[in-house]
Amino acid sequence: MIPIFKSWIELFINPEMLRHAYMGMTFAEKLFAKYAGEKNVVPGQIVTVHPDHLLTHDNTAAIVQKIKPELEKYGVFSKSLPIIVLDHVIPAASEKTATNHKIIREFVKTHNIENFFDVGVGVCHQVVVEKGLALPGKLILGSDSHTCSYGAIGAFSSGIDRTEAASLMLTGETWLKVPNSIKMILTGKLKPGVYPKDAILHIIGDISASGANYCSVDYHGDVDQFSVEDRFTIANMGVEMGAKNSVFFVDDITKNYLNSIGVSSASYEPIFPDNDASYMQEVEYDLSGIVPMVACPHTVDNVKPASELSSLEIQQCLIGTCTNGRLSDLKVAADILKGKKVNSNVRLLILPASKDIYEKALKEGIIEILVESGGILLPPGCGPCLGAHQGVLAPGERCLSTANRNFKGRMGCKDAEIYLASPATVAASAIYGKITDPRGVVK
Amino acid sequence: MKIWRYGDNINTDMLFPGKYTYTCSTPEEIKPHLLEDLDPSFSKNVKEGDIIFAGKNFGCGSSREQPVVGLKAVGVKAVVAESFARIFYRAAINQGLILIECPKAVEAYSAGDDIELDVDAGKIVVSGKSFSFPKLPKEIIAIRDAGGLLAYTRAKLKKK
Repeated sequence: MIPIFKSWIELFINPEMLRHAYMGMTFAEKLFAKYAGEKNVVPGQIVTVHPDHLLTHDNTAAIVQKIKPELEKYGVFSKSLPIIVLDHVIPAASEKTATNHKIIREFVKTHNIENFFDVGVGVCHQVVVEKGLALPGKLILGSDSHTCSYGAIGAFSSGIDRTEAASLMLTGETWLKVPNSIKMILTGKLKPGVYPKDAILHIIGDISASGANYCSVDYHGDVDQFSVEDRFTIANMGVEMGAKNSVFFVDDITKNYLNSIGVSSASYEPIFPDNDASYMQEVEYDLSGIVPMVACPHTVDNVKPASELSSLEIQQCLIGTCTNGRLSDLKVAADILKGKKVNSNVRLLILPASKDIYEKALKEGIIEILVESGGILLPPGCGPCLGAHQGVLAPGERCLSTANRNFKGRMGCKDAEIYLASPATVAASAIYGKITDPRGVVK
Repeated sequence: MKIWRYGDNINTDMLFPGKYTYTCSTPEEIKPHLLEDLDPSFSKNVKEGDIIFAGKNFGCGSSREQPVVGLKAVGVKAVVAESFARIFYRAAINQGLILIECPKAVEAYSAGDDIELDVDAGKIVVSGKSFSFPKLPKEIIAIRDAGGLLAYTRAKLKKK
């Protein structure tokens, strides 16, 4: 790589470099410097990196077919680099998707891929974190836009396209541009009945769907009220404001979580920003003033308080996905649905984000409550979120979902409407058949 | 040459519906579904050399690359927008689709205007008014000039 300061002259003609020479570094700058083997990097600089892992899912079939001759000749860069999770259309919905899965299983066998998770293990992002494959201070790229989720445990992770995944599979390297960083300061505590999903919907509604384009979004402030599961929900939705990654810095909550899944603190090196790091923008949000929010069709930044939408009837509810399919989400829903019945005009679909979560929910009696109330359990995967199968909507129907995207046509029908909310809002709404502010219902 | 004009936040589902993501991968499979839910006339009428003008955050959403593969395959010369979403931007570099981030040119454009585009000079002329846009960094030009990322990677592997 080119050294940062080729000469003193350059220092004086490039004010960005001069500013950075005397200021601390952000999380992203430190991580990029580490992976580029440089002392210092500046936003906008292009660096060559070797990520620790490359995540791909059902799209692995299309990826490996692009590079079939090269894979035969050169093999994969390293058998520990790929993480492959079958989750998007599981179990297969057609001969075509079944064939894709078969191609992937054969690829995994031929190349001895170490990290392969077949149909039923869970949604890729949940699996990557749950299996301890995303660690603090690591760099992970994935051919899925919600790869940004691993900032929940202090990793830098970001989405790429299939072609880049194919190239990485062969060479193990790619280029990245050092991002600017946004300091997002969260102060105050969320009120009862208000959840991290409401906070992130509120933030995206304020900053807009492109408000953090190309940036690293760093969460500061009163974040110790958030578990790793909560942080996952917030980090997951970073891409919905255009962010390259979104990150919570390692603290005791992160360490305890990683310990609970068998990862000792000796196996990772967290990265923290310097106190005098230079941010492109600082934004502060008072969480105590946030109310249950709903993203309305057809953009995630089109948010309104749930209480303003109470006349809207819904036909389908969805609790699950990489955004909100974790144990605490299912628990919140079960607390609301216990002893109640899902409205006869509503189909409530529930997808635990992983087999591990499913088993825990079974043991804790959560699944029993959800099924008794009328919930329909789907296998741990992406399910209806992307409109390829399971729970496709009909024209004129309205779905209230805990997922992260409400784009027109997203759930398989361009003439249907998708609204996004927290598991509590979805559960409460399932009972009444209308969008319902959960604060009147939460026990 | 036709100019196709679209607004802000044109997302990947509008460009190529998610329900086809795991069944359509080749340019021929992708083409009929391009912009299906946004503008059904697009795939029927788009011609080699056409340009798309759009607002903010073009290509936001999924990492699926079918929108880029499809736009390149039907011969779209360039997408000129106020801004692009980052995964879409990378995908376009990797497929050799020209993206031009130039809010002023988008603002200046109205239906029927003549457009002249010189990518290498970093210049776009909208109805006689010239606007410049930043040239791509050399690392990215190298990928584009190789004919896209896979061609670039293949050449690199051969050298090793």
